[in-house]
Amino acid sequence: MFPIVHTRQLSDAVFEMGVLAPAIAAKVKAGQFLILRVAEGGERIPLTFSDWSAEDDWIRFIFMRVGKTTHQLSHMGVGDSLADVVGPLGVPTHTEGVGRVAVVGGGVGAAVAYPVARAMCEAGAEVTVILGARNKDLLILEDEFRALPLKDLVITTDDGSAGRKDLVTAPLKELCEAGALDHAMAIGPAIMMKFCAATTRDFGVPTTVSLNPIMVDGTGMCGACRVSVGGETKFGCVDGPDFDGHAVDFEELMSRQRVYVEEERLSDAEYHLECSCHT
Amino acid sequence: MSHVDDTSAPAETPRHRPSRAPRTPMPERDAAERARDFDEVTLGYTEEMARGEAERCLQCKNPTCIEGCPVNIDIKSFIGRMIEGDYRAGVAVLKERNALPAVCGRVCPQEEQCEAACVLGKKGEPVAIGRLERWLGDFDLACELEQRCVPEVGADSGKYVAVVGSGPAGLACAGELRRFGHAVTVFESLHATGGVLTYGIPEFRLPKQIVQAEVGLLEEMGVEIRCDVVVGATYTLDELMSAEGYDAVFIGNGAGLPMFMGIPGENLNGVYSANEFLTRVNLMRAYEFPKADTPVWRGRKVAVVGGGNVAMDSARTAKRLGAEEVFLVYRRTEEEMPARREEVHHAREEGIEFKMLCSPAEITGHDGWVTGMVANRMELGEPDASGRRAPVCVLDSDFVIDCDTVIMALGTRANPLLTKTAPDLELTKRGYIVADEDGATSKPGVFAGGDIVTGSATVILAMGAGKGAARAIDEWLTSGSR
Ligand SMILES: Cc1cc2nc3c(=O)[nH]c(=O)nc-3n(C[C@H](O)[C@H](O)[C@H](O)COP(=O)(O)OP(=O)(O)OC[C@H]3O[C@@H](n4cnc5c(N)ncnc54)[C@H](O)[C@@H]3O)c2cc1C
Ligand SMILES: Cc1cc2nc3c(=O)[nH]c(=O)nc-3n(C[C@H](O)[C@H](O)[C@H](O)COP(=O)(O)OP(=O)(O)OC[C@H]3O[C@@H](n4cnc5c(N)ncnc54)[C@H](O)[C@@H]3O)c2cc1C
Ligand code: SF4
Ligand code: FES
Repeated sequence: MFPIVHTRQLSDAVFEMGVLAPAIAAKVKAGQFLILRVAEGGERIPLTFSDWSAEDDWIRFIFMRVGKTTHQLSHMGVGDSLADVVGPLGVPTHTEGVGRVAVVGGGVGAAVAYPVARAMCEAGAEVTVILGARNKDLLILEDEFRALPLKDLVITTDDGSAGRKDLVTAPLKELCEAGALDHAMAIGPAIMMKFCAATTRDFGVPTTVSLNPIMVDGTGMCGACRVSVGGETKFGCVDGPDFDGHAVDFEELMSRQRVYVEEERLSDAEYHLECSCHT
Repeated sequence: MSHVDDTSAPAETPRHRPSRAPRTPMPERDAAERARDFDEVTLGYTEEMARGEAERCLQCKNPTCIEGCPVNIDIKSFIGRMIEGDYRAGVAVLKERNALPAVCGRVCPQEEQCEAACVLGKKGEPVAIGRLERWLGDFDLACELEQRCVPEVGADSGKYVAVVGSGPAGLACAGELRRFGHAVTVFESLHATGGVLTYGIPEFRLPKQIVQAEVGLLEEMGVEIRCDVVVGATYTLDELMSAEGYDAVFIGNGAGLPMFMGIPGENLNGVYSANEFLTRVNLMRAYEFPKADTPVWRGRKVAVVGGGNVAMDSARTAKRLGAEEVFLVYRRTEEEMPARREEVHHAREEGIEFKMLCSPAEITGHDGWVTGMVANRMELGEPDASGRRAPVCVLDSDFVIDCDTVIMALGTRANPLLTKTAPDLELTKRGYIVADEDGATSKPGVFAGGDIVTGSATVILAMGAGKGAARAIDEWLTSGSR
């Protein structure tokens, strides 16, 4: 069992959670993820490490409430325990020698972008962070990003309620046009990563994306997480989650993410029924 | 051959008069009924049936069956104890060589092993050794824990051994190490123990309760089990032997990396590796969805590619999830299929359709989902390296199989997750760990066995390797060399 030692609500649907996991905390690197199970009978879901402390034995992750498992998680608090936490999984993000880099975080992707941007700063890169959200209320971790030694922090919202009224691709394109980038890293919904990669492609700016295919074991054993990169099949959990954004088949990724939409809806609906009879 | 040769003639125990009755059939659930649920297919012998079947054994002077067993269980002796009605003694004989009789009695390919070597098989039907083994194993499991045959734990040696993987190799190794008195921790990457016994082989063939009871017994013997630890990620091999303080390590992490064919359409929705499909259903219990949280796509027309046990298990599982039609697509003929005969027979009974001599060339789709499979007809040519006649594609013979789900049961390979963080471990070209017959690897203090050394094999071979390695580890720990 993995005791929960910290929770914080970041926005209406986004939560941060800290869990004691000494062996894992000693090992994590930026860009890696964990797999957790809330309780017996639960699904195994992957979430990215947002922070960790080897000294104090904890790891943290930030999740958006989208379905049954993340709903359950959002109802747990300090004193509860998670049945399983496995990790650190996946290849760490390449943070050394990236030069002038733009890190784009869309929606809850900001949670993954944060440790990556921090690690890149520590490695001496010149980091511009572009945070995008649908509106002001969905914007997360702004203060944390502001505390990093960034070159710049650009905020965009779809409705202009914070920062620029734009998509993240607009400031990204401007940086490309100014010749101000050696590298870009995009983390967020598949559709956003697809457009980021399309934006940088014309300028020849190498672009890494952090993919989120459906996973089961997270160790290379099942192949659920298959993604096509440059015409080759890769396993997202062990070959990634980071891949060359210019080579990824995003249409396939998005299609594969939708395999279980019907079942997910059913599962979540049943859970709400259960919840409402208990309260 | 019409005569049983002299050396194996019956007679050692003059009082035993072998019965001439035919081999006792295994009681099974009706095919139509069982193909709708996940309960066990075979029901097991009653005590009377077991005694009756044991009575058929000739108690040969030269029991050839023992040679046929990969771990040389003293078959004659355990059957002898059954004839005498001393079941606990029978269990003890089994457990000298086989820690998991209730498991092996269910899943071993006996028809190629002990039963193929049984003297009675030369003229008629061999003793149903596997079913007797299962009966004794179940007898033991049905006892209260104190009454069970628990191997004696050795005096504390002060040595610590890490076992990586809780499949049959790891479990057998852990149990044996406790008998030598070493402290043992088993590290398992999944949230449940048992390896393929838990995530691969379905409930209807091997109830998970049996596997869990066997693991419980190991814990009773003092084996510590730590799930959710991926060696190669949470700890490296070197860290286990330095910071974590283990004196030796046994690697039994299996060969779990699924293979695909590399044909167009393989990443469409509705295409599964057998590993994913079976893991969702067995380990994650997707057949109980939405009671269990993990879903599985339930196809109506399912094509399973392959001809081994994994393919049979996938096909029969798909049927139980409600598929109207399930095809087995295999490039050779039924004769060359590596699956156990019993499972092939069961699959046929349950209405699995066999499409032999064909090989998929492409999976077709619409809107991201599978709609069918284009396959080529094959014919058998010259024997290949495996001794089986190699399938050759017949030109311009492609045809379409209408299906909405494809399950690839093409076999598995070594998973590099652990080995790539242990560069000083010698590997074969295909990534398997090189180990000698005692399981010793190129790295001092590190031993390995099971599928990660041999490639996908059998439960009993993995168990035998785990047990053998435990002896070598003991020698290494006590003498400091081997
Ligand atoms: C490597 C990786 C890192 C991730 N990091 C984060 C993160 O830091 N924060 C965050 O909020 N989300 C992250 N995700 C996505 C997160 O795993 C899903 O949101 C979560 O599984 C949803 O589970 P649910 O039961 O609440 O919702 P469901 O209703 O089950 O699913 C909602 C959607 O989530 C996706 N999903 C469902 N099950 C899985 C699964 N087993 N594996 C992957 N995706 C699944 C599907 O696209 C699905 O349509 C990550 C995914 C991956 C693969
Ligand atoms: C569907 C299916 C049906 C089969 N049917 C039969 C049958 O009827 N009869 C028969 O004799 N054989 C059968 N087999 C083959 C048999 O199950 C295997 O040969 C046997 O299980 C191998 O045992 P093992 O201990 O080497 O590995 P496994 O059983 O694969 O166990 C390895 C364990 O190690 C864990 N692991 C892997 N990597 C790590 C890591 N890095 N850190 C920690 N843990 C790790 C895995 O999660 C797993 O639990 C079947 C196999 C399959 C897949
Ligand atoms: S099982 Fe067969 S070979 Fe073995 S002792 Fe009995 S009759 Fe002889
Ligand atoms: S999640 Fe199973 S192989 Fe990647």
